Amino acid sequence: MIQERSGLTRDDAPALPPEVEQFVKEVAERPHPESYLIAVLHRLQNSVGYLSREHLNAVSVRMKIPAAKVTGVATFYHFFTFTPRGRHRLSICMGTACFVRGAGAVLARLQEMLGIGVGGTTADGLFSLEVARCVGACALAPVLIVNEKVYANVKPEDVPRILEEYGFDRGAKRK
Amino acid sequence: MSSSIETLSTMRRAAQRRLLQDRFGARVRITVGSATCENAAGAGAVHARFQELIADKGLRDVSIGRVGCTGKCDMEPIVTVISPGMIPTKYIRMTPERVDRVVDSHVVGGKEVAEWSLRHITTRRAARRVIGVCGGAQCLKRGAISLEAAFQSAIERHGVADQVTVVASACQGLCDAGPVAFVYPDDVMYQGVTSAAAERIVREHIVGRRPCEDLVWTGERLANRFLPVFGDVHFFGKQFRLTLRNCGIIDPESLDEYLVVRGYEAVAGVLTRMTPQDVVNAITRSGLRGRGGGGFPTGVKWNFAAAQKSAEKYIICNADEGDPGAFMDRSTIEGDPHTILEGMMIAGYAIGAHQGYVYIRAEYPLAIQRLEKAIADARGAGILGPNVLGSGWNFDIEIRLGAGAFVCGEETALIESIEGRRGMPRPRPPYPAVSGLWGKPTVINNVETLANIPVILLDGPEWFASIGTEKSKGTKVFALAGNVNNTGLVEVPMGTTLREVVYEVGGGIRNGRAFKAVQTGGPAGGCLPASALDTPVDYDSLAAAGSIMGSGGMIVMDESACMVDVARFFLEFTQDESCGKCTPCREGTKRMLEILTRICAGQGQEGDVEKLLRLADTVKKTSLCGLGQAAPNPVISTITHFRAEYDAHVREKRCPARVCRNLLRYVIVAERCVGCGACRRKCPVACIAGKPKEPHVIDAARCIRCGQCFEVCKFNAVERN
Ligand SMILES: Cc1cc2nc3c(=O)[nH]c(=O)nc-3n(C[C@H](O)[C@H](O)[C@H](O)COP(=O)(O)O)c2cc1C
Ligand code: SF4
Ligand code: SF4
Ligand code: SF4
Ligand code: FES
Repeated sequence: MIQERSGLTRDDAPALPPEVEQFVKEVAERPHPESYLIAVLHRLQNSVGYLSREHLNAVSVRMKIPAAKVTGVATFYHFFTFTPRGRHRLSICMGTACFVRGAGAVLARLQEMLGIGVGGTTADGLFSLEVARCVGACALAPVLIVNEKVYANVKPEDVPRILEEYGFDRGAKRK
Repeated sequence: MSSSIETLSTMRRAAQRRLLQDRFGARVRITVGSATCENAAGAGAVHARFQELIADKGLRDVSIGRVGCTGKCDMEPIVTVISPGMIPTKYIRMTPERVDRVVDSHVVGGKEVAEWSLRHITTRRAARRVIGVCGGAQCLKRGAISLEAAFQSAIERHGVADQVTVVASACQGLCDAGPVAFVYPDDVMYQGVTSAAAERIVREHIVGRRPCEDLVWTGERLANRFLPVFGDVHFFGKQFRLTLRNCGIIDPESLDEYLVVRGYEAVAGVLTRMTPQDVVNAITRSGLRGRGGGGFPTGVKWNFAAAQKSAEKYIICNADEGDPGAFMDRSTIEGDPHTILEGMMIAGYAIGAHQGYVYIRAEYPLAIQRLEKAIADARGAGILGPNVLGSGWNFDIEIRLGAGAFVCGEETALIESIEGRRGMPRPRPPYPAVSGLWGKPTVINNVETLANIPVILLDGPEWFASIGTEKSKGTKVFALAGNVNNTGLVEVPMGTTLREVVYEVGGGIRNGRAFKAVQTGGPAGGCLPASALDTPVDYDSLAAAGSIMGSGGMIVMDESACMVDVARFFLEFTQDESCGKCTPCREGTKRMLEILTRICAGQGQEGDVEKLLRLADTVKKTSLCGLGQAAPNPVISTITHFRAEYDAHVREKRCPARVCRNLLRYVIVAERCVGCGACRRKCPVACIAGKPKEPHVIDAARCIRCGQCFEVCKFNAVERN
């Protein structure tokens, strides 16, 4: 996709979203500007949805931090993602409480039905699957979050019904 | 120039006036729980429905507000309705649909909807009344010591021993009005109780069902720490809410409400009357130990940092909360953010820092938002920033977000992360107190540690040291979850036993199942069996029993949990989170996980358990940071206490808890099968055969053990072994 990592200059690095650009300018004035790298990446991901190589390079140029370091930091932290996510984001809590109450079986059923692994997106771009750690609803364990909506006490047999709410077509998959 | 204490008093009086005018002037006040857990349970829609109805009906004398989480997660969303002449009602498990009736009947009509109220529900559960006589030091001094006996003899005189129980309660925080006693479930608090009053309370309240109005506690509602939350003795009886004192009581987004509950009084007092060394000494005397897991004495840590000569020093609040089953710190911040800021200010003053950082996980958006607002409000009021409360001392706080790396909770990795790098631990020494953030002396404290600081200074280090055990002072907050009836946040005095937490506070095991294990300390801790239930909760006893105090995750497991699978779960977590800097941790956890996965998959070999123990020993001894050093703990403790379960997996290829999928066998019992075909149609690999109305058969060789036939059969004909 992108050929060269190095060799980008201020002029040919792609633009960052305006609010990110603004934030980079702001922190440049503060002490230890380079310490805001993670904060910049957060804003970038918030605004674009994921971190593309082009944008990471742009951050490197704007913040005057070597590209290898920017990538190194971004890949170290689980919170950052480098591919666009599906239209509906499924996030199954695998915190200890949810695990103890059977989240593992729910995850297995999700993977089976969607045909994707954790971190994957279905070919039609409809669903992506993530695991979360304690989302703070242990009383409702196991918990599945779809986009913003919380499903409580989820059992494997609830999975088809929930997926169908978001347009999952069982017939199509079985063929 | 006026002192900081005077500046604060003026502020508090103004806050009080404002609150009285626009909130407590209202005839009816409604508060809706609002925290991540409450919102997950649907509190947002409940709040919205109340607002809608209040507007629609033009109810001008009704005010609605938010409070943090009281910790009773299984009862959420919780709504409190306070109306004149009535004992406040807590409605539990509210839904938008229920709001309509509560508004019509209670808010407008003045009649409680009993069947949804906590009091009603718990009264049904506990037919008896409970008289709680405060056993706090102040009340005892003022004569509570003889009160239990006085109540007891009055009860016998009136022949109501079958209706009421007398218990000693923890300090209710109403020491000035002591001795105090409350009657549950009526939520009536009595003050200045004497033996004569005890007789009257039994005669009039218990027998006559009429509270003795002249004896009822008259203090200002908000000034008290505990009253509004003790609605349920089952859950709160053994509890002592110190760090969580304001959670679920005040509106976390209101600086005014914090000011009214003696907010920022501790820091104002410190700035007015104490030298930094006085503060360090007070914290040392209190015996407070770090709540982030390590249990290091906080005073000693501050003393190190205070002794460093440096113009720049930092205080960091560790709100990374990495334990995957815990949410104490998040709830504390969501419920009472100003307390954390105040704790940081006091720490900053003590060690000579002018800048603080809160390192908080990005996965906590609501907590972040409330912290941001608290910081902005405190700055706006002159509590943070230059010239704090007119003292001439400067202090400010900034938030830095984590990005989902467990190891960043480790203090040196955390510092790397704030500096904008990959969060890899550094070898210690030098300790951060000597050379931390940007090479400057830095104190890192956990959220809960800091939440204790204002109370210690308000009520005195000696008082604090009187709570808990010899070497573990104060209280500990736990996120109680798993297979217990009451899940949520609990706070108990150090020294409370695990049994008391699980059975009395937690209400025992769900669904009438049997207790199997309790896990504390998350991925760094261990699983303790029933035989360890009488272990007191304190740093040293838990360590001696083979687990650790940890930061406060407490997961209760019943017989449906497989201990090998639990060990595998934690190892999967630590292996994934290992930063990879040192080989024993990186490779050792990987090897251990491979073995555990193999065992769970039914491919365990004789000698695997011994191999695990050897690896565990190496990883523990040779890893650089606490992550690697503690990673083997869940494996070691499950092998120690549940060896038979490992053996069943390895030797018999059997999972006694029926969790490990590859070890399960699905068979159809011909006698019970009516041949409805539901399982055959459901099976994803079409390995079930049978003619309609005839018994079906599973081809075990092709079965992928997905369990769908088991779920779908209405005749219990499918068995899982
Ligand atoms: C792998 C690892 C993760 C940790 N995670 C946390 C955490 O999430 N929160 C925390 O307060 N302390 C955590 N700690 C402990 C911190 O290193 C440090 O001891 C603590 O924040 C000090 O504060 P305290 O003395 O107030 O407990 C962790 C330690 C290790 C080794
Ligand atoms: S013990 Fe593990 S987490 Fe800690 S420094 Fe070594 S590799 Fe990293
Ligand atoms: S669902 Fe049950 S009863 Fe029906 S065919 Fe299958 S095993 Fe028999
Ligand atoms: S467990 Fe799944 S694969 Fe096996 S027989 Fe039942 S439905 Fe078919
Ligand atoms: S472990 Fe899933 S919500 Fe807490």
